[in-house]
Amino acid sequence: MRKVAIVGAGMTKFVRRALETPKELSFQATKTTLDSCGLTLDDVDCVAHGTAPDAFDGLHQNGEYMVDGCGGWNKPTMRVYVGGGTGIHAIAHGWHHVASGLFDTCLVVCEEKMSSAMPHAQAFFLTIFDSITERALEPNLLWIFALEMNRYMERYGYSKEDMALVAVNNKLNGLKHPASQFTDQVTVEDVVNSEMMAYPVSRLDVSPVSDGAAAVLLASERVARRLTDKPVWIEGVGWSLDTAYWATRDLYYPRYTDTAARMAYEMAGIREPAKQINIAEPYDPFDYKALHHMEGLQLSPRGKTVELLRDGHFDRDGNLPMCPSGGLLGVGNPIAAAGTMKVCELFWQLRGEADERQVPGNPQLGVAQSWGDLMQVSSVVVVGI
Amino acid sequence: MGILQRITRNIDNRYWDPGLIGFPVKNSYTAGVAGQRFFEEIKENGRIFGSKCAGCDLTYVPARIYCERCLSGLEEKDWVDVGDEGTVYAYTEVHQTKSGEAKEKPSLIAAVKIADGLLIHRLGDCLPEAVHIGMPVKAEFKPKNERQGGIEDIKYFKPF
Amino acid sequence: MSEVVKVFGGTALSEKDISSGKIFLTKDSLDCAYAWDTGVAINRYLAELKKGNIIATRCRKCKRIVLPPRLFCELCFIPVNDWVYVHDSGVINTFSICHVHWDASRVKAGEDPHLPAVIEIDGASPGMGIMHLLGEVKPAKIKIGMKVKAVWRPEAERTGSITDIKYFKPI
Repeated sequence: MRKVAIVGAGMTKFVRRALETPKELSFQATKTTLDSCGLTLDDVDCVAHGTAPDAFDGLHQNGEYMVDGCGGWNKPTMRVYVGGGTGIHAIAHGWHHVASGLFDTCLVVCEEKMSSAMPHAQAFFLTIFDSITERALEPNLLWIFALEMNRYMERYGYSKEDMALVAVNNKLNGLKHPASQFTDQVTVEDVVNSEMMAYPVSRLDVSPVSDGAAAVLLASERVARRLTDKPVWIEGVGWSLDTAYWATRDLYYPRYTDTAARMAYEMAGIREPAKQINIAEPYDPFDYKALHHMEGLQLSPRGKTVELLRDGHFDRDGNLPMCPSGGLLGVGNPIAAAGTMKVCELFWQLRGEADERQVPGNPQLGVAQSWGDLMQVSSVVVVGI
Repeated sequence: MGILQRITRNIDNRYWDPGLIGFPVKNSYTAGVAGQRFFEEIKENGRIFGSKCAGCDLTYVPARIYCERCLSGLEEKDWVDVGDEGTVYAYTEVHQTKSGEAKEKPSLIAAVKIADGLLIHRLGDCLPEAVHIGMPVKAEFKPKNERQGGIEDIKYFKPF
Repeated sequence: MSEVVKVFGGTALSEKDISSGKIFLTKDSLDCAYAWDTGVAINRYLAELKKGNIIATRCRKCKRIVLPPRLFCELCFIPVNDWVYVHDSGVINTFSICHVHWDASRVKAGEDPHLPAVIEIDGASPGMGIMHLLGEVKPAKIKIGMKVKAVWRPEAERTGSITDIKYFKPI
């Protein structure tokens, strides 16, 4: 396998409802990415793109629909889809295209336009539950999160205030992100007292519904070194899917994240992730999820994560900054694009280009992770400079 | 029943019908940056606009904000009034509704070529036997007060 | 980032943009219905539910007794054809008190919230849960680890569906 680098990154603003069509959002993110590294579409060998459920955009075969906006016209183009995991799964997918030696450059583009779904994107999740043994109970998407969050909190004796702290931190980070959907800071009290959706999940424990797109350009070592003095190398990728019989495994620990992370760390030659990794971007569609994933990513000992969080270990100037971008809670959550946004963030952070959000101390190694399907899949990427 | 045994008559296999809850969900699509402007021109002025990529010498209809060939952004200066006439690039006579039932009266659907773009639309004021590929057609707009900013603001294309 | 990325796309629309009719929207409804073949294993599961029983399958290799029953063991990846009845009681592994319906509309004041739970069924292998609902219990009294038992619909009303069990109630 050849070395693969990220040489450019770009994204749109994340907004509640965009005027742009999914194609146009894809174009804006793709064009920004190409411009950021001074390339044109002629320099692109192939496209690896991703979008989560077609149902949100309301366009079946959404991957095919958005292809021209992703720069895929008349090029080898391939879409991946693993629900919320798509944003980083697409990076692993693009990595294969270049690492294999088949292509020298690959555009990775992820997009989601959730505002097309009426009355609410949540309704479309009804069809992810088992059609026969679960759907008859009229489940809402929140059920699986609420069930997992409750189990996780109960297992370690965590409180709602503990979880809310993540939402507060991430939203504070997000205020510094120029693409963020939010303008207001929230407090732990705001989160805990926000409208109860599905105990223990309150409204502000949850990331918003968003429209947006994000992209990166991958290149082989030869091309990357010609393009930039600061390529960000993809050191390892990993992914894993657990059984779809989600109620038959204990939800307090994300085994799928554990497996995916170990695969990526092995490829990257990382033996002690908690010591070696400088920045973490765990997937945070809900506040507890960031902590849950930190444990799965082997970045925090099981059951000790809240202690570390309260000690400032995960702050921007802490030992292991968590979600310096603001994450899904702080920037927004256009499903597939949100995962790719995390990789854009690591690219800017490791190059020292993250402006106000810059993590101090010249970070060298970062990990980003996304999660999706029925509490089931994780995709992990380790990048270094 | 084991994995090697087979149900050979479909009727023996039970199915589960969601019954009480169907799936009453809807979509609401924005027209996009280009679409908003494209439909505004149709609604307010009865004009069809394309956007031209000078580098690739292509005029897209409906207008877009980018060229799919070179990914250049197409801006205000690249918008061109392409007129309301085109030619039939391909057509079909439709005898069934979208759910597969027989239509009372067949209808004509055409891909109408305008500049380098194709618009899929209905043909009207036109006998099926008269349609041919290459036939010149013209947009018939709804009266202005009925136009809502969508593709239906064009009633159909008709021969002229 | 600010040196190379100066413009972020994405044009935010407000509620007012939409309600004023300034922004053109095309609306559509999927208007489609499905009926799913139950498959071989779930067919039998549902038929037994209709009779008031919960049936599971056992893998001859890993010995796991699993719910819902299945024709293959996803861990050992071998066919499974060993059927066993399990109890209609279990333990709450986790639960929620949900104030929104499936389509995200709010449960109205005075209406009961939904009480979904993962229930580890007695007689199946440890941790083998199914998703179902809780009933005949005040939401504030629900605890993880609580023992519960199925409340069945009267036999005449059962249709061969997971809803033949109305809910599980604490015992």
